[in-house]
Amino acid sequence: MDAIKGFIDLFADPRLFFTISVVALVLIVWKREAWASNSWGWGMMVFLAIFFAFGLTDENFNKIITKPDNVPIVALIFLLVFFTWYSVREGVRNDQRIAAGKEPIEKEEEDRVWTWPDLVYTELIAMVVCMVILIVWSIGLEAPIEQPANNANTPNPSKAPWYFLGLQEMLVYYDPWLAGVVLPSLIIVGLMAIPYVDKNPKGNGYYTFVERKAEIVIFLFGFIILWNSLIVLGTFLRGPNWNFFGPFEYWDVHKLEALTSVQLSDYIWVRGLGMALPENPLVRESFGILLTLVYVFVLPVALAKKGLSRYYEKLGPTRFYVTVTLFLAMLSLPVKMLLRWLFNLKYVVSIPEYFFNI
Amino acid sequence: MADTKTIEPKAPALVRAWDWITETQIWTSIFRHTAPINDRNRVLVMLSNVFLHMHPVRLRKSGVRLRYTWCMGGISFFLFLVLTFTGLLLMFYYRPTLEYAYSDIVGLREHVPLGIMREMHRWGAHAMVITVWLHMFRVFMTGSYKPPREFNWNVGVIMLVLTLLLSFTGYLLPWDQLAIWAITVGSNMARATPFLGHEGPGFQLMRLGDVQLVHAADDARFALLGGTLVGEGALLRFYVLHCVALPLVIGFLMAVHFWRVRKDGGISGPL
Ligand code: HEM
Repeated sequence: MDAIKGFIDLFADPRLFFTISVVALVLIVWKREAWASNSWGWGMMVFLAIFFAFGLTDENFNKIITKPDNVPIVALIFLLVFFTWYSVREGVRNDQRIAAGKEPIEKEEEDRVWTWPDLVYTELIAMVVCMVILIVWSIGLEAPIEQPANNANTPNPSKAPWYFLGLQEMLVYYDPWLAGVVLPSLIIVGLMAIPYVDKNPKGNGYYTFVERKAEIVIFLFGFIILWNSLIVLGTFLRGPNWNFFGPFEYWDVHKLEALTSVQLSDYIWVRGLGMALPENPLVRESFGILLTLVYVFVLPVALAKKGLSRYYEKLGPTRFYVTVTLFLAMLSLPVKMLLRWLFNLKYVVSIPEYFFNI
Repeated sequence: MADTKTIEPKAPALVRAWDWITETQIWTSIFRHTAPINDRNRVLVMLSNVFLHMHPVRLRKSGVRLRYTWCMGGISFFLFLVLTFTGLLLMFYYRPTLEYAYSDIVGLREHVPLGIMREMHRWGAHAMVITVWLHMFRVFMTGSYKPPREFNWNVGVIMLVLTLLLSFTGYLLPWDQLAIWAITVGSNMARATPFLGHEGPGFQLMRLGDVQLVHAADDARFALLGGTLVGEGALLRFYVLHCVALPLVIGFLMAVHFWRVRKDGGISGPL
C-alpha cells in the first residue's frame, strides 16, 4: 500500500504532473479514434472513481478531498474528463461520417421539433434533476464556517477561492503584476478575441476535430491544462508555504524545499562573463530586456515569415499578429515553468527597485 | 318501439372537475387557450406565456438534444435563479458588519432547524462556476462562437467574469478565517497592478510634482477593499456588489444573451 502511495506521490510532483497532463492531451488528440471508444470513456470514469475511493481510505488524501470547498473540484475532475472524452468522441464520429461522404449528425437532425413538448419537458426534467442533486448535496455536506476572521492570524497555506488557484499557482513562476493582473486580463481578451481571429468557416454548429485541428488543440491546452489542471494542482497538491505535497503526504509545515533560484543577469554577468553585476539596472538587465522584446515583438514577425507563414496568409496581418501575440503570452507560462525546472531560473528581467520582474 | 335514448357514459369525476376548472373565468383569464395538445396551441403557448416566450416555437432537433448542448447554458441559468432565491432568503438573516456578519452565519446554522439555504447557496454557487465553464467548453467544441454568434460569445465571456466575481465577493461574507484570507490572497494581486498598485511596476511614475499619487492608502487595492486591509470597508463593498450590483448586471446580460441566441438564428447547427 505504502509503496503504491509513494509511487503516486512521486507522479504528483508539479513537474511530472504538468508533463503528464500535457502528454495525456497530446495522446488524446493524436490517438483520438481510440480515445473516442466507450471503453476509454467509461474506463476513465471507473478509474477515477476507484482512485478517489482509494484516496478516501488514506488519512491525508481524505483530508484534502473531503474539505467541503474542495468537493466541487472532485466533481469538476470527473466532469472535465467526461466532457473532454465526450466532445472529442462526437467530433471523431462526425469526422468519420464526413470522411465517408456523409453529413455530420447535426445536419441529419435539422428538422424542426415543437418546443412544447420536446424542449420544455427536457428543461423541466433537467431542472428537477439539478434541484434533487443540489438538495441532496446540501443535506449531505454542511457549508464550512471556520474561526472568526482575524487579521493577525494568517493560516498556512492561505489559498484563494478554488477557481482562482490556477492564477495563484502562476505566482510560483510570475510576479503578481503578471500572474494576477496582466495575464488574467489577457485571458479575458484572448477569449473575447477568439471569434474574431478564427476565420475558419468550417465546423460551425457541429462537433468536429479534423476541420478545426489548431483551434481545438490550442483551446484544450489553455482550458484543460493551463486553467483546470493548475487548479487541481493548486488545490490538492499545494500545502503549507505553497510547498508541493503528494496527495498521500502529510502537510508538514516544516517541510523544507531547496530553493535555488538564479536570475538571468546572474547567469550572464557572473557565471557567463565572470564579472560583477553592473550597478545600473538597465545595463544589468539588458540581456533579459532584449530577450523579452525579442519574444514579444520579433518572434511574431519571424513566425509570420517562416514557420507560420501559411497562417499569416490565411489570416492577414492584423488577425495574425493578435493571435500570435496572445498565443505567445499563453505559451510564456509553460516556457517560464520549463526555465525554472531546468535551470532554476527565477527572473528573466529582475528590477526589484521598480517592482518590475518578468 | 318507443324511442330509446342512449345515455352517454359520464366522464370520471376528476376529468369533470378538470373540465370545470379550466372553463371558469379565472382559469381562462390566466391561460388564453387550451393545453398545447395540438399544433395551433403549441404555437400559442410559446407566444402568450411570458416565461416561455424566450423560446422559439419550433427548433432544430439537434438543438434540443443533450448530446449537443449538454443543457449547460440552461442549467447555469437555473442555478442563477436558485441562487437569487436562496440569496434573498439569506439576506433576511445576515447583516454585513464586523459585529454581526460571523455570528449571523453561525446563528443561521444553530437557530434554523433543518436549514439548508446556506448550503444550497454555497454549493449552487460552486456548481454554477463549473456549469458556466462547461457551457463555454461545449460552445467552443461545437464552433458555436463563429459568425453570426461572435457577439453572443463575448456577452458570455463577460458573464463568465461576472460569475467568478459574484462567487469571489460572496466568499467574503461569512467573515471567517477562510473568507478573509481567501479574499486577502486574491486582492493582494491588485497591489501589483501596473501604475495603479503601490507595488506595481511604474507606480513611481504616477506623481504630480512632488505628490505621490499611488501609495498603500490610494491604489487599486484600496479601491477594491475600501481600506488597506480586508476589513469593514471591504465587507460592505463586497456585500453591495454581491447582493445588488453584480446580480443586476449579470441578469441584464442574460436577457441580452438569450435574446441574441434567438436573433442569431437559434441554437447553432450546420449551415
Ligand atoms: C452566466 C452564464 C451563462 C448562461 C446562464 C448562459 C445561458 C445560455 C443558454 C441557455 C444558451 C442556449 C443554449 C445552451 O443552453 O447551450 C446559451 C447559448 C450560448 N452561450 Fe451562453 N450562457 C452563459 C455563459 C456563456 C459563456 C461563458 C459563453 C462563452 C464564452 C457563452 C456563449 C454562448 C453562445 C455563443 C451561445 C449560442 C450557442 C449556440 O447557438 O449553439 N455563454 N447560453
